[in-house]
Amino acid sequence: MKTEIIIAGFGGQGVLFLGDLIAYCAMKEGKYVTWVPSYGPESRGGTCNCQVICSDQLIGSPAIVHPDVLIVFNQPSLYKFLPRLKTNGTLLYDSFLIKELPAREDIRVVGVPAFQISKMGNMVMMGAFLAVTKGIKPETVYQTLEEKLTGAKAKFIPVNKDAIEKGIKYISDKSLETSNE
Amino acid sequence: MSRVYMKGNEAIVEGALRAGLEGFFGYPITPSSEIIEGLAERFFADRERERRGEKPMYPKFRVFLQMESELASINAVMGGASVGCRVMTASSSPGISLKQEGISYIAACELPCVIINIMRGGPGLGSIQPEQGDYFQAVKGGGHGDYKLIVFAPNSVQEMAEHTMLLFNLTDKYRTPGMLLADGYLGQMKESMEFPDVPIEEYEKPWAATGMGDRETQNTIEFLFLTPEPMVEAKTRLLQKYKQIEANEVRYEDYKIDDAKILVTAFGTPSRVAKAAVDQAREKGVKVGLIRPITLWPFPYQVYADLTTHQIDRVLVVEMSFGQFVEDVRLGVEGRAEVKLYARYGGIVPTEKEILEKIMELV
Repeated sequence: MKTEIIIAGFGGQGVLFLGDLIAYCAMKEGKYVTWVPSYGPESRGGTCNCQVICSDQLIGSPAIVHPDVLIVFNQPSLYKFLPRLKTNGTLLYDSFLIKELPAREDIRVVGVPAFQISKMGNMVMMGAFLAVTKGIKPETVYQTLEEKLTGAKAKFIPVNKDAIEKGIKYISDKSLETSNE
Repeated sequence: MSRVYMKGNEAIVEGALRAGLEGFFGYPITPSSEIIEGLAERFFADRERERRGEKPMYPKFRVFLQMESELASINAVMGGASVGCRVMTASSSPGISLKQEGISYIAACELPCVIINIMRGGPGLGSIQPEQGDYFQAVKGGGHGDYKLIVFAPNSVQEMAEHTMLLFNLTDKYRTPGMLLADGYLGQMKESMEFPDVPIEEYEKPWAATGMGDRETQNTIEFLFLTPEPMVEAKTRLLQKYKQIEANEVRYEDYKIDDAKILVTAFGTPSRVAKAAVDQAREKGVKVGLIRPITLWPFPYQVYADLTTHQIDRVLVVEMSFGQFVEDVRLGVEGRAEVKLYARYGGIVPTEKEILEKIMELV
Protein backbone atom coordinates (compact mmCIF):
# COMPACT_ATOMS: atom_id res chain seq x y z
CA MET A 1 0.00 0.00 0.00
CA LYS A 2 1.44 3.35 -1.06
CA THR A 3 -0.18 6.78 -0.65
CA GLU A 4 1.16 9.76 -2.54
CA ILE A 5 0.10 13.21 -1.33
CA ILE A 6 0.77 16.68 -2.74
CA ILE A 7 0.03 19.66 -0.49
CA ALA A 8 0.13 23.18 -1.94
CA GLY A 9 -0.74 26.75 -1.02
CA PHE A 10 0.76 30.13 -0.16
CA GLY A 11 3.98 30.31 1.83
CA GLY A 12 3.03 30.92 5.48
CA GLN A 13 -0.13 28.80 5.45
CA GLY A 14 1.70 25.88 7.03
CA VAL A 15 1.82 23.75 3.89
CA LEU A 16 5.29 22.31 4.55
CA PHE A 17 4.53 21.70 8.22
CA LEU A 18 1.30 19.88 7.40
CA GLY A 19 3.20 17.53 5.06
CA ASP A 20 5.97 17.09 7.59
CA LEU A 21 3.47 16.15 10.31
CA ILE A 22 1.67 13.64 8.06
CA ALA A 23 4.98 11.99 7.10
CA TYR A 24 6.27 11.85 10.67
CA CYS A 25 3.01 10.38 12.03
CA ALA A 26 2.89 7.78 9.26
CA MET A 27 6.44 6.75 10.17
CA LYS A 28 5.38 6.41 13.82
CA GLU A 29 2.72 3.99 12.60
CA GLY A 30 5.39 1.89 10.90
CA LYS A 31 5.41 3.23 7.33
CA TYR A 32 8.35 4.18 5.16
CA VAL A 33 8.02 7.88 4.36
CA THR A 34 9.57 10.62 2.23
CA TRP A 35 8.87 14.36 2.28
CA VAL A 36 10.18 16.72 -0.38
CA PRO A 37 9.59 20.48 -0.11
CA SER A 38 9.64 22.94 -2.98
CA TYR A 39 12.69 24.94 -1.99
CA GLY A 40 12.53 28.02 -4.18
CA PRO A 41 12.37 31.63 -2.97
CA GLU A 42 8.79 31.25 -1.81
CA SER A 43 8.84 31.62 1.98
CA ARG A 44 6.04 34.18 2.32
CA GLY A 45 3.50 35.19 -0.27
CA GLY A 46 4.54 32.96 -3.15
CA THR A 47 3.11 29.52 -3.73
CA CYS A 48 4.82 26.52 -2.20
CA ASN A 49 4.21 22.81 -2.08
CA CYS A 50 5.47 19.54 -0.68
CA GLN A 51 5.29 15.91 -1.75
CA VAL A 52 4.69 13.20 0.84
CA ILE A 53 4.83 9.45 0.25
CA CYS A 54 3.79 6.88 2.88
CA SER A 55 4.35 3.23 1.97
CA ASP A 56 4.62 -0.28 3.40
CA GLN A 57 7.67 -0.84 1.21
CA LEU A 58 10.91 1.06 0.62
CA ILE A 59 10.18 4.11 -1.51
CA GLY A 60 11.66 4.40 -5.01
CA SER A 61 11.12 7.82 -6.49
CA PRO A 62 10.44 10.52 -3.89
CA ALA A 63 8.97 12.66 -6.70
CA ILE A 64 5.23 12.35 -7.35
CA VAL A 65 3.68 12.53 -10.82
CA HIS A 66 0.06 11.59 -10.07
CA PRO A 67 -0.90 11.95 -6.38
CA ASP A 68 -3.64 9.91 -4.67
CA VAL A 69 -4.49 12.86 -2.44
CA LEU A 70 -4.23 16.56 -3.28
CA ILE A 71 -4.60 19.18 -0.54
CA VAL A 72 -4.75 22.80 -1.75
CA PHE A 73 -5.09 26.13 0.03
CA ASN A 74 -5.16 28.59 -2.89
CA GLN A 75 -6.49 29.02 -6.39
CA PRO A 76 -3.15 28.96 -8.29
CA SER A 77 -2.17 25.66 -6.64
CA LEU A 78 -5.53 24.14 -7.54
CA TYR A 79 -5.06 25.06 -11.22
CA LYS A 80 -1.49 23.79 -11.16
CA PHE A 81 -1.98 20.40 -9.50
CA LEU A 82 -5.60 19.32 -10.11
CA PRO A 83 -4.93 17.94 -13.62
CA ARG A 84 -2.29 15.64 -12.08
CA LEU A 85 -4.61 14.09 -9.45
CA LYS A 86 -5.23 10.38 -10.05
CA THR A 87 -8.61 9.15 -11.28
CA ASN A 88 -10.60 8.23 -8.13
CA GLY A 89 -8.16 10.38 -6.16
CA THR A 90 -9.19 12.68 -3.33
CA LEU A 91 -9.12 16.48 -3.50
CA LEU A 92 -9.20 18.35 -0.19
CA TYR A 93 -9.46 22.10 -0.72
CA ASP A 94 -10.03 25.17 1.40
CA SER A 95 -13.55 26.19 0.34
CA PHE A 96 -13.17 29.54 2.15
CA LEU A 97 -10.16 30.62 0.08
CA ILE A 98 -10.90 28.80 -3.19
CA LYS A 99 -14.06 29.95 -4.97
CA GLU A 100 -13.71 28.50 -8.45
CA LEU A 101 -13.58 24.74 -8.69
CA PRO A 102 -12.68 23.38 -12.14
CA ALA A 103 -14.94 20.47 -13.06
CA ARG A 104 -13.57 16.96 -12.69
CA GLU A 105 -16.11 14.16 -12.35
CA ASP A 106 -13.67 11.31 -11.76
CA ILE A 107 -12.42 12.33 -8.33
CA ARG A 108 -13.70 12.66 -4.77
CA VAL A 109 -14.01 16.35 -3.83
CA VAL A 110 -14.03 17.48 -0.21
CA GLY A 111 -14.32 21.21 0.56
CA VAL A 112 -13.32 22.37 4.05
CA PRO A 113 -13.42 26.10 4.96
CA ALA A 114 -10.24 25.50 6.94
CA PHE A 115 -8.97 29.06 7.35
CA GLN A 116 -12.49 30.23 8.24
CA ILE A 117 -12.86 27.62 10.96
CA SER A 118 -9.51 28.51 12.53
CA LYS A 119 -6.42 30.66 12.02
CA MET A 120 -4.63 27.30 12.10
CA GLY A 121 -6.24 26.25 8.84
CA ASN A 122 -3.49 23.75 8.11
CA MET A 123 -4.31 21.84 11.30
CA VAL A 124 -8.04 21.93 10.50
CA MET A 125 -7.10 20.36 7.18
CA MET A 126 -4.98 17.78 9.06
CA GLY A 127 -8.16 16.78 10.91
CA ALA A 128 -10.14 16.60 7.69
CA PHE A 129 -7.36 14.53 6.07
CA LEU A 130 -7.39 12.09 9.00
CA ALA A 131 -11.19 11.76 8.86
CA VAL A 132 -11.38 11.35 5.09
CA THR A 133 -8.43 9.01 4.46
CA LYS A 134 -8.42 7.19 7.83
CA GLY A 135 -4.76 6.32 7.14
CA ILE A 136 -3.39 7.71 10.40
CA LYS A 137 -4.91 7.57 13.90
CA PRO A 138 -5.66 11.01 15.46
CA GLU A 139 -4.04 9.75 18.71
CA THR A 140 -0.70 9.38 16.88
CA VAL A 141 -0.92 13.03 15.83
CA TYR A 142 -1.77 14.25 19.33
CA GLN A 143 1.10 12.18 20.77
CA THR A 144 3.46 13.71 18.22
CA LEU A 145 2.39 17.24 19.12
CA GLU A 146 3.04 16.47 22.78
CA GLU A 147 6.47 15.02 22.01
CA LYS A 148 7.57 17.81 19.69
CA LEU A 149 6.05 20.87 21.35
CA THR A 150 7.86 20.97 24.67
CA GLY A 151 9.04 23.72 27.02
CA ALA A 152 7.90 27.17 25.94
CA LYS A 153 6.12 25.68 22.93
CA ALA A 154 3.91 23.39 25.04
CA LYS A 155 1.28 26.13 25.24
CA PHE A 156 0.56 25.61 21.52
CA ILE A 157 -0.61 22.00 21.99
CA PRO A 158 -4.25 22.81 22.92
CA VAL A 159 -4.82 25.23 19.98
CA ASN A 160 -3.37 22.76 17.47
CA LYS A 161 -5.33 19.86 18.93
CA ASP A 162 -8.50 21.95 18.94
CA ALA A 163 -8.04 22.86 15.24
CA ILE A 164 -7.48 19.20 14.31
CA GLU A 165 -10.60 18.14 16.25
CA LYS A 166 -12.62 20.83 14.46
CA GLY A 167 -11.47 19.43 11.11
CA ILE A 168 -12.46 15.88 12.09
CA LYS A 169 -15.84 17.13 13.35
CA TYR A 170 -16.48 19.12 10.17
CA ILE A 171 -16.12 15.98 8.07
CA SER A 172 -18.27 13.81 10.35
CA ASP A 173 -21.03 16.49 10.45
CA LYS A 174 -20.85 16.81 6.69
CA SER A 175 -21.14 13.06 6.04
CA LEU A 176 -24.11 12.99 8.44
CA GLU A 177 -25.78 15.69 6.31
CA THR A 178 -25.11 13.72 3.14
CA SER A 179 -26.55 10.50 4.56
CA ASN A 180 -29.70 12.36 5.72
CA GLU A 181 -30.38 13.75 2.27
CA MET B 1 17.21 0.05 16.11
CA SER B 2 14.53 2.69 16.10
CA ARG B 3 13.71 4.70 13.04
CA VAL B 4 14.28 8.42 12.82
CA TYR B 5 12.97 11.00 10.38
CA MET B 6 15.42 13.54 9.09
CA LYS B 7 16.43 15.77 6.20
CA GLY B 8 19.37 14.73 4.00
CA ASN B 9 21.39 17.80 4.91
CA GLU B 10 20.68 17.23 8.61
CA ALA B 11 21.84 13.62 8.27
CA ILE B 12 25.19 14.91 6.98
CA VAL B 13 25.48 17.20 10.02
CA GLU B 14 24.64 14.34 12.38
CA GLY B 15 27.01 11.94 10.57
CA ALA B 16 29.90 14.43 10.60
CA LEU B 17 29.51 15.14 14.32
CA ARG B 18 29.38 11.43 15.18
CA ALA B 19 32.51 10.91 13.07
CA GLY B 20 34.30 13.40 15.31
CA LEU B 21 34.20 16.59 13.22
CA GLU B 22 36.63 19.14 14.68
CA GLY B 23 36.24 22.09 12.35
CA PHE B 24 33.76 23.34 9.76
CA PHE B 25 34.30 26.20 7.33
CA GLY B 26 31.66 27.14 4.81
CA TYR B 27 29.54 29.64 2.99
CA PRO B 28 25.79 29.07 2.54
CA ILE B 29 24.19 28.25 -0.82
CA THR B 30 20.87 26.60 -1.78
CA PRO B 31 20.26 23.62 -1.64
CA SER B 32 23.04 22.85 0.87
CA SER B 33 22.50 25.65 3.41
CA GLU B 34 20.96 23.43 6.12
CA ILE B 35 24.42 21.90 6.62
CA ILE B 36 26.12 25.14 7.68
CA GLU B 37 22.92 26.17 9.49
CA GLY B 38 22.70 22.92 11.45
CA LEU B 39 26.37 22.97 12.40
CA ALA B 40 26.14 26.62 13.53
CA GLU B 41 23.20 25.71 15.74
CA ARG B 42 25.02 22.78 17.36
CA PHE B 43 28.25 24.75 17.76
CA PHE B 44 26.72 27.77 19.46
CA ALA B 45 24.42 25.64 21.63
CA ASP B 46 27.61 23.96 22.93
CA ARG B 47 29.26 27.34 23.65
CA GLU B 48 26.11 28.33 25.54
CA ARG B 49 26.35 25.07 27.56
CA GLU B 50 29.98 25.86 28.41
CA ARG B 51 29.01 29.38 29.50
CA ARG B 52 26.54 27.80 31.94
CA GLY B 53 29.32 25.53 33.21
CA GLU B 54 27.88 22.40 31.57
CA LYS B 55 29.69 19.86 29.39
CA PRO B 56 29.46 20.41 25.61
CA MET B 57 27.64 17.72 23.59
CA TYR B 58 30.34 17.69 20.91
CA PRO B 59 33.60 18.32 22.76
CA LYS B 60 35.68 17.70 19.61
CA PHE B 61 33.84 20.27 17.48
CA ARG B 62 35.96 23.32 18.38
CA VAL B 63 35.90 25.56 15.31
CA PHE B 64 32.95 26.76 13.27
CA LEU B 65 33.42 29.63 10.84
CA GLN B 66 31.16 31.09 8.21
CA MET B 67 33.83 32.47 5.90
CA GLU B 68 33.54 35.44 3.57
CA SER B 69 33.56 33.23 0.45
CA GLU B 70 33.93 29.71 -0.90
CA LEU B 71 37.62 30.36 -1.64
CA ALA B 72 38.23 31.34 1.96
CA SER B 73 36.38 28.30 3.28
CA ILE B 74 38.31 25.72 1.24
CA ASN B 75 41.61 27.34 2.22
CA ALA B 76 40.55 27.33 5.87
CA VAL B 77 39.79 23.62 5.44
CA MET B 78 43.33 23.20 4.10
CA GLY B 79 44.65 24.89 7.25
CA GLY B 80 42.55 22.71 9.53
CA ALA B 81 43.59 19.54 7.72
CA SER B 82 47.28 20.60 7.87
CA VAL B 83 47.23 20.49 11.66
CA GLY B 84 45.66 17.03 11.60
CA CYS B 85 42.04 17.90 12.44
CA ARG B 86 38.91 16.29 10.98
CA VAL B 87 37.53 19.14 8.90
CA MET B 88 34.71 19.61 6.41
CA THR B 89 33.17 22.14 4.06
CA ALA B 90 29.83 22.02 2.25
CA SER B 91 28.48 23.80 -0.78
CA SER B 92 26.54 23.36 -3.98
CA SER B 93 27.68 23.31 -7.63
CA PRO B 94 28.69 26.99 -8.28
CA GLY B 95 30.31 27.12 -4.85
CA ILE B 96 32.21 23.89 -5.50
CA SER B 97 33.58 25.40 -8.74
CA LEU B 98 35.01 28.27 -6.68
CA LYS B 99 36.69 25.78 -4.35
CA GLN B 100 38.55 23.89 -7.09
CA GLU B 101 41.94 25.62 -6.74
CA GLY B 102 41.96 24.80 -3.04
CA ILE B 103 40.86 21.20 -3.67
CA SER B 104 43.77 20.68 -6.08
CA TYR B 105 46.22 22.08 -3.49
CA ILE B 106 44.72 19.88 -0.74
CA ALA B 107 45.04 16.77 -2.94
CA ALA B 108 48.65 17.69 -3.81
CA CYS B 109 49.55 18.12 -0.15
CA GLU B 110 47.84 14.82 0.73
CA LEU B 111 45.55 16.37 3.30
CA PRO B 112 42.45 14.50 4.47
CA CYS B 113 39.16 16.44 4.48
CA VAL B 114 35.52 15.98 3.51
CA ILE B 115 33.86 18.17 0.87
CA ILE B 116 30.09 18.01 0.47
CA ASN B 117 28.53 18.89 -2.90
CA ILE B 118 24.72 19.05 -2.95
CA MET B 119 24.44 19.39 -6.73
CA ARG B 120 22.12 21.89 -8.36
CA GLY B 121 21.54 22.82 -11.99
CA GLY B 122 24.40 24.16 -14.09
CA PRO B 123 26.40 25.43 -15.96
CA GLY B 124 26.86 28.87 -14.44
CA LEU B 125 24.34 29.87 -11.80
CA GLY B 126 21.95 27.43 -13.49
CA SER B 127 19.08 26.62 -11.17
CA ILE B 128 18.54 25.45 -7.60
CA GLN B 129 16.83 22.25 -8.76
CA PRO B 130 18.63 18.89 -8.63
CA GLU B 131 21.02 17.82 -11.42
CA GLN B 132 24.06 15.54 -11.69
CA GLY B 133 26.11 17.74 -14.00
CA ASP B 134 29.11 17.90 -11.62
CA TYR B 135 29.99 14.24 -12.26
CA PHE B 136 33.07 14.98 -14.40
CA GLN B 137 34.19 17.74 -12.07
CA ALA B 138 34.02 15.38 -9.08
CA VAL B 139 35.54 12.23 -10.57
CA LYS B 140 37.88 13.47 -13.30
CA GLY B 141 39.62 16.30 -11.52
CA GLY B 142 37.87 19.65 -11.36
CA GLY B 143 40.95 21.53 -10.32
CA HIS B 144 44.25 21.43 -12.24
CA GLY B 145 46.78 18.63 -12.23
CA ASP B 146 46.76 14.86 -11.75
CA TYR B 147 44.69 14.08 -8.71
CA LYS B 148 41.68 12.10 -7.56
CA LEU B 149 39.03 12.52 -4.90
CA ILE B 150 37.33 9.58 -3.21
CA VAL B 151 33.75 10.25 -4.34
CA PHE B 152 30.68 8.72 -2.66
CA ALA B 153 27.21 8.92 -4.21
CA PRO B 154 24.46 8.33 -1.64
CA ASN B 155 20.88 7.62 -2.75
CA SER B 156 18.99 7.92 0.55
CA VAL B 157 18.99 10.10 3.65
CA GLN B 158 20.46 7.18 5.59
CA GLU B 159 23.41 7.00 3.21
CA MET B 160 23.94 10.77 3.46
CA ALA B 161 24.93 10.12 7.08
CA GLU B 162 26.66 6.78 6.45
CA HIS B 163 28.82 8.01 3.56
CA THR B 164 29.84 11.18 5.42
CA MET B 165 31.09 9.00 8.27
CA LEU B 166 32.85 6.58 5.89
CA LEU B 167 34.54 9.49 4.11
CA PHE B 168 36.07 10.77 7.35
CA ASN B 169 37.58 7.32 7.95
CA LEU B 170 38.81 6.76 4.39
CA THR B 171 40.25 10.24 3.85
CA ASP B 172 42.27 9.90 7.06
CA LYS B 173 43.33 6.36 6.13
CA TYR B 174 44.67 7.38 2.72
CA ARG B 175 45.60 11.01 3.50
CA THR B 176 43.53 12.33 0.60
CA PRO B 177 40.46 14.56 0.22
CA GLY B 178 37.04 13.03 -0.42
CA MET B 179 33.74 14.29 -1.74
CA LEU B 180 30.13 13.40 -1.03
CA LEU B 181 28.30 13.97 -4.31
CA ALA B 182 24.54 14.21 -3.75
CA ASP B 183 21.83 16.11 -5.58
CA GLY B 184 19.41 18.78 -4.32
CA TYR B 185 16.62 16.26 -3.84
CA LEU B 186 18.70 14.21 -1.41
CA GLY B 187 19.73 17.32 0.49
CA GLN B 188 16.22 18.71 0.83
CA MET B 189 14.27 15.48 1.24
CA LYS B 190 13.22 14.13 4.63
CA GLU B 191 12.99 10.38 4.97
CA SER B 192 12.51 7.65 7.56
CA MET B 193 15.83 5.95 8.28
CA GLU B 194 17.86 3.95 10.75
CA PHE B 195 20.93 5.79 11.88
CA PRO B 196 23.92 3.85 10.52
CA ASP B 197 26.50 2.44 12.89
CA VAL B 198 29.87 3.32 11.35
CA PRO B 199 32.74 2.85 13.83
CA ILE B 200 35.11 5.82 14.03
CA GLU B 201 38.61 4.85 12.89
CA GLU B 202 41.38 6.98 14.31
CA TYR B 203 44.68 7.32 12.48
CA GLU B 204 47.99 8.68 13.72
CA LYS B 205 48.97 11.85 11.87
CA PRO B 206 52.73 12.18 12.43
CA TRP B 207 52.91 14.46 9.38
CA ALA B 208 50.65 17.15 10.84
CA ALA B 209 52.09 20.66 11.20
CA THR B 210 51.65 20.88 14.95
CA GLY B 211 54.93 22.55 15.93
CA MET B 212 58.33 21.05 16.79
CA GLY B 213 57.30 18.94 19.79
CA ASP B 214 59.88 16.14 20.12
CA ARG B 215 60.67 16.20 16.41
CA GLU B 216 64.15 16.79 15.07
CA THR B 217 62.89 18.77 12.08
CA GLN B 218 59.66 20.65 11.74
CA ASN B 219 56.77 19.29 9.67
CA THR B 220 55.96 21.42 6.65
CA ILE B 221 53.03 21.01 4.29
CA GLU B 222 53.97 22.01 0.75
CA PHE B 223 53.92 20.79 -2.82
CA LEU B 224 56.25 22.85 -5.00
CA PHE B 225 59.24 21.39 -6.82
CA LEU B 226 61.66 23.37 -8.96
CA THR B 227 63.46 20.32 -10.34
CA PRO B 228 61.86 17.21 -11.89
CA GLU B 229 63.38 14.47 -9.71
CA PRO B 230 61.66 15.20 -6.39
CA MET B 231 58.46 16.01 -8.30
CA VAL B 232 58.57 12.59 -9.99
CA GLU B 233 59.08 10.99 -6.60
CA ALA B 234 56.18 12.87 -4.99
CA LYS B 235 53.82 12.22 -7.87
CA THR B 236 54.73 8.53 -7.97
CA ARG B 237 53.75 8.35 -4.32
CA LEU B 238 50.39 9.96 -5.19
CA LEU B 239 49.85 7.59 -8.10
CA GLN B 240 50.61 4.52 -6.00
CA LYS B 241 48.16 5.71 -3.38
CA TYR B 242 45.44 6.15 -6.02
CA LYS B 243 46.14 2.63 -7.33
CA GLN B 244 45.81 1.28 -3.80
CA ILE B 245 42.43 3.04 -3.38
CA GLU B 246 41.27 1.69 -6.76
CA ALA B 247 42.22 -1.82 -5.64
CA ASN B 248 40.57 -1.65 -2.20
CA GLU B 249 37.73 0.81 -2.03
CA VAL B 250 35.36 0.18 -4.96
CA ARG B 251 31.78 -0.05 -3.71
CA TYR B 252 28.55 -0.72 -5.61
CA GLU B 253 25.10 -2.20 -5.09
CA ASP B 254 23.72 -4.89 -7.39
CA TYR B 255 20.04 -5.75 -7.59
CA LYS B 256 18.42 -8.74 -9.34
CA ILE B 257 21.38 -9.24 -11.69
CA ASP B 258 21.78 -13.02 -11.35
CA ASP B 259 19.64 -13.91 -14.38
CA ALA B 260 19.43 -10.44 -15.93
CA LYS B 261 19.75 -9.94 -19.69
CA ILE B 262 19.25 -6.18 -19.52
CA LEU B 263 21.14 -3.93 -17.12
CA VAL B 264 19.95 -0.56 -15.81
CA THR B 265 22.52 1.63 -14.14
CA ALA B 266 22.29 4.94 -12.31
CA PHE B 267 23.64 6.68 -9.19
CA GLY B 268 22.08 9.00 -6.61
CA THR B 269 18.37 9.88 -6.82
CA PRO B 270 17.77 8.34 -10.29
CA SER B 271 19.10 5.00 -8.98
CA ARG B 272 16.22 4.60 -6.52
CA VAL B 273 13.74 5.50 -9.24
CA ALA B 274 15.46 2.98 -11.54
CA LYS B 275 15.24 0.28 -8.85
CA ALA B 276 11.47 0.72 -8.67
CA ALA B 277 11.31 0.58 -12.50
CA VAL B 278 13.34 -2.67 -12.46
CA ASP B 279 10.75 -4.19 -10.10
CA GLN B 280 7.92 -3.11 -12.41
CA ALA B 281 9.68 -4.56 -15.47
CA ARG B 282 10.28 -7.84 -13.57
CA GLU B 283 6.51 -8.02 -12.94
CA LYS B 284 6.12 -7.93 -16.72
CA GLY B 285 8.56 -10.85 -16.96
CA VAL B 286 11.55 -8.85 -18.22
CA LYS B 287 14.90 -10.14 -16.96
CA VAL B 288 16.45 -6.87 -15.87
CA GLY B 289 18.81 -5.92 -13.05
CA LEU B 290 20.47 -2.84 -11.61
CA ILE B 291 24.02 -1.78 -10.84
CA ARG B 292 24.39 1.32 -8.69
CA PRO B 293 27.91 2.63 -8.13
CA ILE B 294 28.30 3.79 -4.53
CA THR B 295 31.84 5.08 -5.12
CA LEU B 296 32.10 7.10 -8.34
CA TRP B 297 35.86 7.17 -7.90
CA PRO B 298 37.13 4.54 -7.65
CA PHE B 299 34.58 3.50 -10.30
CA PRO B 300 33.35 -0.13 -10.43
CA TYR B 301 34.51 -0.71 -14.04
CA GLN B 302 35.09 -4.41 -13.39
CA VAL B 303 31.47 -5.29 -12.56
CA TYR B 304 30.33 -3.81 -15.89
CA ALA B 305 33.07 -5.76 -17.68
CA ASP B 306 32.14 -9.02 -15.94
CA LEU B 307 28.40 -8.69 -16.52
CA THR B 308 28.71 -7.81 -20.20
CA THR B 309 31.23 -10.53 -21.04
CA HIS B 310 28.73 -13.41 -21.37
CA GLN B 311 25.48 -12.37 -19.73
CA ILE B 312 24.20 -8.92 -20.61
CA ASP B 313 24.12 -7.31 -24.05
CA ARG B 314 21.96 -4.22 -23.43
CA VAL B 315 22.63 -1.49 -20.86
CA LEU B 316 20.41 1.48 -20.01
CA VAL B 317 22.13 4.41 -18.31
CA VAL B 318 19.92 6.92 -16.48
CA GLU B 319 21.38 10.21 -15.32
CA MET B 320 20.35 13.80 -14.61
CA SER B 321 22.85 15.45 -16.97
CA PHE B 322 23.67 15.41 -20.71
CA GLY B 323 25.64 12.16 -20.43
CA GLN B 324 28.72 12.16 -18.21
CA PHE B 325 28.29 9.04 -16.06
CA VAL B 326 27.54 7.11 -19.30
CA GLU B 327 31.15 7.60 -20.43
CA ASP B 328 32.50 5.65 -17.44
CA VAL B 329 29.89 2.93 -17.98
CA ARG B 330 31.08 2.67 -21.61
CA LEU B 331 34.69 2.34 -20.40
CA GLY B 332 33.57 -0.60 -18.26
CA VAL B 333 31.46 -2.19 -21.00
CA GLU B 334 34.21 -1.72 -23.65
CA GLY B 335 31.85 -2.33 -26.56
CA ARG B 336 30.63 -5.72 -25.31
CA ALA B 337 27.05 -4.45 -25.02
CA GLU B 338 24.80 -1.82 -26.53
CA VAL B 339 24.73 1.19 -24.18
CA LYS B 340 21.66 3.44 -24.31
CA LEU B 341 21.41 6.71 -22.44
CA TYR B 342 18.32 8.22 -20.86
CA ALA B 343 19.35 11.73 -19.86
CA ARG B 344 16.95 13.98 -17.94
CA TYR B 345 18.48 17.39 -17.34
CA GLY B 346 17.33 20.83 -16.23
CA GLY B 347 16.08 19.90 -12.77
CA ILE B 348 13.55 17.15 -13.47
CA VAL B 349 13.87 13.76 -11.79
CA PRO B 350 13.11 10.90 -14.21
CA THR B 351 9.93 9.00 -13.33
CA GLU B 352 9.50 5.25 -12.79
CA LYS B 353 7.16 5.19 -15.81
CA GLU B 354 9.71 6.84 -18.11
CA ILE B 355 12.48 4.45 -17.08
CA LEU B 356 10.14 1.47 -17.45
CA GLU B 357 9.32 2.62 -21.01
CA LYS B 358 13.04 2.88 -21.81
CA ILE B 359 13.60 -0.64 -20.44
CA MET B 360 10.71 -1.99 -22.55
CA GLU B 361 12.23 -0.37 -25.68
CA LEU B 362 15.31 -2.55 -25.11
CA VAL B 363 13.33 -5.82 -24.82
